[in-house]
Amino acid sequence: MSVLILADQTEGHFKKTALEALSYGAKLAEQLNTTAEALVLGTVNEDLASLGKYGVKKVHHAANEALNIVDAQVYTKVIAEAVNATGANVVVLSHNNTGRAIAARLSVRLKAALAPAAVSLPDTSDGFVVKKVVFSGKASANVSLNTDIKIISLNQNAFKIAAGEGTAEVVSLNISVEPGKIKVTATDKVTGEIPLTEATRVVSGGRGLKGPENWGILEDLAKALDAATACSRPVADSNWRPHHEHVGQTGIAIAPNLYVAVGISGAIQHLAGVNRSKVIVVINKDAEAPFFKAADYGVVGDIFEVLPKLTEEVKKLKGIV
Amino acid sequence: MKILVCISKTPDTTAKIAFKNGNTQFEENGVQWIINPYDEWYALIRAIELKEKDASTVLHLINVGGAESDPIIRKALALGGDEAIRVNTTNLSDSFYVASQIAEAAKSGAYDLIFTGKETIDYNGSSIGGMVAELLDLPYVSLATKFELNGTTATITREIEGGEEVNEVPLPVVVSCQKGVAEARIPNMRGIMSARTKPLKVVEPVAADTLTSIKSFELPPPKAGVKIISTDNMAELVRLLHEEAKVI
Repeated sequence: MSVLILADQTEGHFKKTALEALSYGAKLAEQLNTTAEALVLGTVNEDLASLGKYGVKKVHHAANEALNIVDAQVYTKVIAEAVNATGANVVVLSHNNTGRAIAARLSVRLKAALAPAAVSLPDTSDGFVVKKVVFSGKASANVSLNTDIKIISLNQNAFKIAAGEGTAEVVSLNISVEPGKIKVTATDKVTGEIPLTEATRVVSGGRGLKGPENWGILEDLAKALDAATACSRPVADSNWRPHHEHVGQTGIAIAPNLYVAVGISGAIQHLAGVNRSKVIVVINKDAEAPFFKAADYGVVGDIFEVLPKLTEEVKKLKGIV
Repeated sequence: MKILVCISKTPDTTAKIAFKNGNTQFEENGVQWIINPYDEWYALIRAIELKEKDASTVLHLINVGGAESDPIIRKALALGGDEAIRVNTTNLSDSFYVASQIAEAAKSGAYDLIFTGKETIDYNGSSIGGMVAELLDLPYVSLATKFELNGTTATITREIEGGEEVNEVPLPVVVSCQKGVAEARIPNMRGIMSARTKPLKVVEPVAADTLTSIKSFELPPPKAGVKIISTDNMAELVRLLHEEAKVI
């Protein structure tokens, strides 16, 4: 009995999603009266013992270089072996690009029930019931996991990182890794920008900005807030902004602490992608824009006047000016 | 070349989401059904493009669902594809069960390529592709944004953490598709007419386990109401975000 958490790494470092998964897994272990252990695959440039501060007692490390490439088929075999070797009965992964591919395969390999896009700790008062996102954020479902081994793929920004004191015991895991069939021939990392799904604050623009040349005022606000930038679907479809910035039902779904919607009317498809944001600020000249109904704070006015003023005030607060 | 595209029936993107029977079932009354957008716009259209390039390609569609799926299957056939298979079941909430049905049909079809959308817009599991791949012991490339075929090797650009990478993988392979792989189209009259006569085979499900069950659904709590701040008082908005909401 233990909770095994995949702390996935990118180029040797742990991202926010891995730390969220570790914190969630540690809390879950506490709830189940068992221990939390981490699984790290591939070469890492971080002190693994320090993962103990997120509440894991042990870190199992399979340092095989072949694992620096995420091939879901290869990863699944290795993780399944690690689950068997450690006797884990709950596996926690992040529902990021890596985790969602692996979790599905692992569910089949271990014949273990999977809760993808989970947003809460399980309710174990009657079985093992995990809340997950359904209908693209318009609702949630309480899913009962009905097998001995359970897999939880945790949505991004759904659980707060909890760091305390502690050192984990690092154990090397000797698992033979069969090479996969996928060859990686090129990698293109977006550098310098905050990835949207990981951002705690997001400033997003819609057609109200009138054209791509006007994005400067939005980027200024984003910079002052240390926020990522996003856009609505019409904006991406008009090629004003790159497609990877499109949030909404058919773009990416995000759940930042702060979502500032600028010149976006708030169609239901857009709301689906952002309505799990903790706080929503809507700035729109049309007081009838449906987005105001989903907002916590609203400003009815000309965005070209409002945005620079807001940016100034944010800078004042942060002591940038 | 044989391609199988998995298509799911989902509520229209503008559908009102409500539940019935003590929040245990989705309220289907008045809901318009569509092909899951990721399945249609990206997976299906890319497969059709591949068939347009190489006319010898055999393109099959598969849906797991009841007879109420037939209209969306016909629409998919109107876009393209040679024939469709419907696995006749209404047991749809457990991904493992659904994936087992697709894997079973795929086994007998000996497909070189199996395409899915990146996720469905109802259950949002993004699980079917990975599960089918594991059941068939095939490689799986998720979240593809580009797909090219060179003989028996696929060159696929996929989204990874914080960027993209290009994968080369020998067929057969399972691929989940998203924006970038293809551009959405609408069916033309010839397609709509020919779809009526294309085979739609209904097969009964195979025995498979159900690993999960949905206990209940919940709608998000309503917002308390928006606080409107005057345009000449941005200092107040910043104060509220800092002191009240504590997000900056």
